[in-house]
Amino acid sequence: MDLKPLFEPRTMAVFGVSSSNYRHPANEIFTKNLLRYPVKVYGVNPRGGTVNGQSIHRSIAEIPEPIDLAVIAVRADFVPDVLSECIRAKARSATVISGGFAEAGRRDLQERIVAIAQEASFPFVGPNCLGIYVPSHVDTFFLPGERMVKPTIGNVSFVSQSGGILVDHLIKFAGEGVGLAKAVSIGNKALLSELDLLDYLAQDPATRVIAFYIEGFGPNEGRAFVQNAGKCGKPVIVLKSGKSAGGSRAVSSHTASLAGDYASFSAALSQYGIVEAANELEMISFCESLSAYAKPTRGRVGIVTVSGGHGAMAIDACTAHGIAVPELPEDVRDALRKNLSPSVRDIASLANPIDLTGSGIDDDFVATAETLFAMEQIDCVLALLLPYIPGITADLGAKLSSVATRCGKPLIAYVPHVEKYAMLIEGFELNGAPVSPSIEGAVLMVEALRRTRP
Amino acid sequence: MIQSHPDILRIIEEARGDGWVLEAGAKQIFSLAGFAVPRFAVAKSAEEARRFAGEIGYPVVAKIVSPRILHKSDVGGVAVGIGNDGRLAEVFERFRSLDGFQGVLVEEMLSGIELILGAKIDMQFGPMILLGMGGTGVEIYQDVALRMAPLAEKDAPAMIEGLKAHRLLEGYRGAAPVDRGKLTETIRAFSALVMELEDRIESIDINPLLCSADRCVVADARIILRGYGTVSR
Repeated sequence: MDLKPLFEPRTMAVFGVSSSNYRHPANEIFTKNLLRYPVKVYGVNPRGGTVNGQSIHRSIAEIPEPIDLAVIAVRADFVPDVLSECIRAKARSATVISGGFAEAGRRDLQERIVAIAQEASFPFVGPNCLGIYVPSHVDTFFLPGERMVKPTIGNVSFVSQSGGILVDHLIKFAGEGVGLAKAVSIGNKALLSELDLLDYLAQDPATRVIAFYIEGFGPNEGRAFVQNAGKCGKPVIVLKSGKSAGGSRAVSSHTASLAGDYASFSAALSQYGIVEAANELEMISFCESLSAYAKPTRGRVGIVTVSGGHGAMAIDACTAHGIAVPELPEDVRDALRKNLSPSVRDIASLANPIDLTGSGIDDDFVATAETLFAMEQIDCVLALLLPYIPGITADLGAKLSSVATRCGKPLIAYVPHVEKYAMLIEGFELNGAPVSPSIEGAVLMVEALRRTRP
Repeated sequence: MIQSHPDILRIIEEARGDGWVLEAGAKQIFSLAGFAVPRFAVAKSAEEARRFAGEIGYPVVAKIVSPRILHKSDVGGVAVGIGNDGRLAEVFERFRSLDGFQGVLVEEMLSGIELILGAKIDMQFGPMILLGMGGTGVEIYQDVALRMAPLAEKDAPAMIEGLKAHRLLEGYRGAAPVDRGKLTETIRAFSALVMELEDRIESIDINPLLCSADRCVVADARIILRGYGTVSR
């Protein structure tokens, strides 16, 4: 099945638009695509009428050109007929927004639409989902455009069983500067599941990182998923919920008890180099880090800061994750000391973490980063920045990222995220270095580079 | 492997009615598949038990044989370090009163570090292999490594090193280290056997797998067959 028409439609038909009920989800979808996206959109409703000054077609057959993507937001009972109508009219794909299928006890209805689609090799996403959002291209979410918080265009694609979790992550992506390639809410995943989307996104040139929110796989689907993810060549991140479900089931053997559903899930993921995010903080940190640096490293980190406390907190977080923080050899320390500014030279602590003290200035950071990047034992540098220190300027982000680019190793920064420090943060992010609003988050970014194995 | 050993499938088919393969049958299967197992026999009478113990020499281990007892230790159905005929007769009498008594398994007493080597057919991921610190406390320690089968070359060593207690296997505080080569080979052979039995089983426990400086022995095992929950007992 060709999924391209779902993500790159030129023409779109929205089923269920109403000339009388302006709050109908189909109207929202129709209107936002009409006004804000390059896709050519047609409304369909057997009752006809007009919406936003556009006439509503009575059937897809009346539309004067072939339809790439049908968005179906009609009552569940009508979906099988609409789907058949789309197939007859040679539409190329659909998103079934409507609820009222397996999740509401109507497995029969869900099986019917799957059978109809399978017979015609017709791809559809859903039912019971938000569908697809591709920035600047298409948006089948029925959420009012002005209420959505949209991340910048980027290289992370996100596939979610839950629409709400997906939209929340888009908000967090926007807040943390993680760029989005494609977002897909797959709902009941009756026909197209995680595996199909993984395979499609693995081939998608716009996608560099593939993130999933998964509640559970169908029978044996997990096996194919981890195998394909392991060889797809892109970092794959999974956030799983329902970890404790099934715990009450009686088990007959120790192995069945110890290798429960979640234990097996987690083990299979890590066996194939898929990065499991334990929670939302990890998910956002991993996405941000891997979207900047897809190449796996051993994660041995050099830490530079102007605060002993920040260094100590970072060390604790690294230790908890098993991340190595190698000491600097004597000769490296001596050479670095000579390159530091006179007021810092005698008081800086040059173990690892390197504490430049409150007298540190931009040049000291640059000299330290150059030293750390040059070390064979160091894979990446963590810069813990306190922008209220007088010697640090708003230019430091751009300066340090250019050192990282030159040295070809990852740089990760911690900067408190407030409006006042935006220019410093942008100095990093616009030059490709991720910035976390917390020390823990910054360490998680290092952790992601260590765990991925694309 | 099972093609060349039709007895493996025969033992499994004969156990269908119980829903699981008891220890003696499970050990026969492992023995046929090339795994090391202790010398053992199932005795129907105290006299038979005594005769077999005499052949292998004391001390011996005695275990209840009952299709109704999945976890033998839980009901006091395991006696170790039996040193003489009198003690063996006492144990035999005690086991006779346990639920579903069919006999007593008498076997040579071996020593080593107790590991668990297990398999489970997962609904989402198919066959999974588990290695952990074994014995009766497995579910308390929960020190296990888990992988999807079939295992790749690097998986068995990584599983061993992934155990919190793996230093115990390397000769901790003057003890002799376990034979890593034998352990690795046992794990790999187990993975291969599980892949062949995938459609027939639900889960397998080898617990303990007794590992010492020169061998890894399947000291106890049970094979839960697919559909176990649907067998009426």
